[in-house]
Amino acid sequence: MVQLTLPKNSQITEGTAWPKPGGANRLTEYRIYRWNPDDGKNPRIDTYYVDREDCGPMVLDGLIWIKNKVDPSLTFRRSCREGICGSCAMNIDGTNTLACLKSMDDVRGSTVKVYPLPHMPVVKDLVPDLTQFYAQHASIEPWLHTQTPAPEHEWPQSREDREKLDGLYECILCACCSTSCPSYWWNGDRYLGPAALLQAYRWLIDSRDESTGDRLDHLEDPFRLYRCHTIMNCAKACPKGLNPAKAIAEIKKMMVTRQF
Amino acid sequence: MSTPSGTSMRTARRRVSGLGSARSGTEHFWMQRVTALANIPLLLVFLGILIAVAGSTYEEAHALLGRPFVAIVMALALISVTNHMRIGMQVVIEDYVHAEGPKVVALIGNIFFCAAVGLAGVFAVLKIGFGG
Repeated sequence: MVQLTLPKNSQITEGTAWPKPGGANRLTEYRIYRWNPDDGKNPRIDTYYVDREDCGPMVLDGLIWIKNKVDPSLTFRRSCREGICGSCAMNIDGTNTLACLKSMDDVRGSTVKVYPLPHMPVVKDLVPDLTQFYAQHASIEPWLHTQTPAPEHEWPQSREDREKLDGLYECILCACCSTSCPSYWWNGDRYLGPAALLQAYRWLIDSRDESTGDRLDHLEDPFRLYRCHTIMNCAKACPKGLNPAKAIAEIKKMMVTRQF
Repeated sequence: MSTPSGTSMRTARRRVSGLGSARSGTEHFWMQRVTALANIPLLLVFLGILIAVAGSTYEEAHALLGRPFVAIVMALALISVTNHMRIGMQVVIEDYVHAEGPKVVALIGNIFFCAAVGLAGVFAVLKIGFGG
């Protein structure tokens, strides 16, 4: 059965309350999930205070400020700090999003609560293990499949057909959607999840792709595709404003269409 | 996730591919919607019949349920609802029961229960309809 309580070694304890920086006028409190695989201890919540006059406006700015000024052991992924790499996806204020796109001022209440993406194995602190997530993306073969010999220049595509890819190609694989989906939490080993399915649809409707039928065969499965119960957390969480639930519904429509 | 990477020597791609695509599920998805659609008018009429027989005597209720239109709607509603129930419950079992043994037992139990309830209901409607 689904496990509804946390195992003993995952139960969260109260961690260190780090001192407030001296001489700061404007402080923002951070409560951050910490877990170190090397010390054998349970995860804990550490409390930090960020000097807002010495720090940028986004949650990621605060995390970098803490790492530089308070606690260098705080571990998280970040790269582009402008919402295009997808590295800093985490659970902030109860919602999966990118730390670089979430303003500290938009957090409800006065405390910024930061956890790793839900229901993924944790590597350390805010770093989840996304191996399975990437393997699911690879399994839908996210590249152009063709039988026709390649043309001399490029595969042409009409403007209208190209527009069908809008709202799909922008996905940066940050995993905010899949790890917000309860169906993915319970059956993430067999359900491909919203991110992989959005990409599957991106190739299903690409006018240049010649293996639509094979792609549908690969997805036609009670778990791979049909575990989507239109909960819509994916669309709510997506920091790029995409709608994976709609893409999944379109795949289901294609499945029905080829039956009759 | 049931198998965190690192605890298994299988590759992630091997775990994702599993036993391959079942190449099914669309019929299930389709019938869930078809029975849902059928349930709307059938249950409205069913409610109307319930209200009509409320407070009536045994003989009056028996006579009303024996009318062809009423009996057909009742039988259709029973078939549609119990099928919808079976399909929906199967999804719940697949979602939450992961151990192979209990899952198979629950799936079979679900089919038996829905078939028995549906057939018993339809039998009662027919018995009344044919003057039992």
